[in-house]
Amino acid sequence: MALLKRFQTVRRQYEHMKSLGVDPFGIKMEKLLSPTEAIINGRKTILIGTNNYLGLTFDPRCQAASAETAYLSGTGTTGSRIANGSYAEHTTLESDLADFYGKKQAMVFSTGYQANLGIISTIAGPDDFLLLDADSHASIYDGAKLGTATVIRFRHNDPNDLDRRLNALQDKPGNKIIVLEGIYSMLGDKAPLTDFVAVKKKYANAYIVLDEAHSMGVLGQTGRGLCQEENVEADIDFIVGTFSKSLGAVGGFCVSDSPEFDLLRLVCRPYMFTASLPPATIASVKTALRIIQQEPQLRYRLWQNVEFFYNQLAQLGFRLGKNKSPVVPIYLPNVEVGTLFWQNLLKNGVYANIVMPPATPMGTVLLRCSICSAHERQQLQKVVDILKKTAEEVGYFAVQTQQKFAVA
Amino acid sequence: MSTLQISHVFPKVIAILQRYNKSGGTVHISVQTDLSSDLNLDSLTVMDLIMDLEQEFNISIPMNVMSEIKTAGDLTSTIVKLASV
Repeated sequence: MALLKRFQTVRRQYEHMKSLGVDPFGIKMEKLLSPTEAIINGRKTILIGTNNYLGLTFDPRCQAASAETAYLSGTGTTGSRIANGSYAEHTTLESDLADFYGKKQAMVFSTGYQANLGIISTIAGPDDFLLLDADSHASIYDGAKLGTATVIRFRHNDPNDLDRRLNALQDKPGNKIIVLEGIYSMLGDKAPLTDFVAVKKKYANAYIVLDEAHSMGVLGQTGRGLCQEENVEADIDFIVGTFSKSLGAVGGFCVSDSPEFDLLRLVCRPYMFTASLPPATIASVKTALRIIQQEPQLRYRLWQNVEFFYNQLAQLGFRLGKNKSPVVPIYLPNVEVGTLFWQNLLKNGVYANIVMPPATPMGTVLLRCSICSAHERQQLQKVVDILKKTAEEVGYFAVQTQQKFAVA
Repeated sequence: MSTLQISHVFPKVIAILQRYNKSGGTVHISVQTDLSSDLNLDSLTVMDLIMDLEQEFNISIPMNVMSEIKTAGDLTSTIVKLASV
């Protein structure tokens, strides 16, 4: 049998997209100019398709810390922490993270994906139950798949559905580990965390793992995320996060008060069997972590930008996600209009993300826009104008009035 | 929960599967109907289908057993097993 035969449907869909002249997976940033601009296809393009919520990728302090550390400590660690040793940077970042969250322990992973993979696959054992929100990120599903627990999905953001399922498991002795996200990456909606915590507290041996990948630095008074905003930090057993979004680098982490936490370093394979983060990356992360605590104005600016962008688009008649969030999804009527919209938008000088089935449920097609605190007001105004122009070019408003789109 | 009979479960499974049957009537759903090759359901759609069935029968179908479910008949026997314990 031919190799990869089972992915023929994926190939057909991709070929179809390319036949329409669109290749969103082949985008090349030829040169980055700033957190909000790049050269794509030889043209200066405004970026609204990143996760660079606080614009720290070009912060001179982070850049300097990274460059200086590369000179002092070298470009890489060439190995894993258990086999080749931890660097001072790894352990000091871990204590910085534990201090930031007010938790006893922190563990740094090489990516956010690996943090979820490692934590979820390891803390739930063969007699335990993992309860995943249906809209969970792939890293959460993959963590569940790598592990040995029984995996149950509950309806997205539905504490009652979780309650019903936990209730049915009451007689089973294993731990019940609930996995949630602070902000969901595609629709930008938040988990009703206080309600989920209330459900968790009804049951014995129930724990919450909260992935704050898109909410760290974005929500909460000092940027600790949704758990801080909803004031339930003590009830979240494991917080997972990433350095690749608001902190502008790469890497992942988990913080917890669990007394057994340190044991994970000896049993969590996605932590053990991979090269550790280069010290230069860690230096920029440490600097960024300090900045997000000391400079709340970055968050205020982000949310002012969100307010402006969302309101402008809503007024123009774009169909948006329900919540105001740094992730602003625009619902598009179908794959054909969606791909044309995305392609024309790029030609007109704006890069956003297109998200299509099978990656989205119920045939939904989304143009995912993400806002950065470094977006200037006139830049966002330009994006709004270009979105309007592009929508008119592809007949978006006409189709939208005729057709009732699938609601997420 | 009391024991459910296949004769009781199967018609309900068919009724829910019909919502996902986009063949325009060319696929008649039977015990052998394959979710992937006959109904052309991708993995995400299968997860939505599972949610609907879970709600109908007030059960949780673990993802771990989903890889063994290929046909409408497999679905029915899984539901009977889960609802009867």
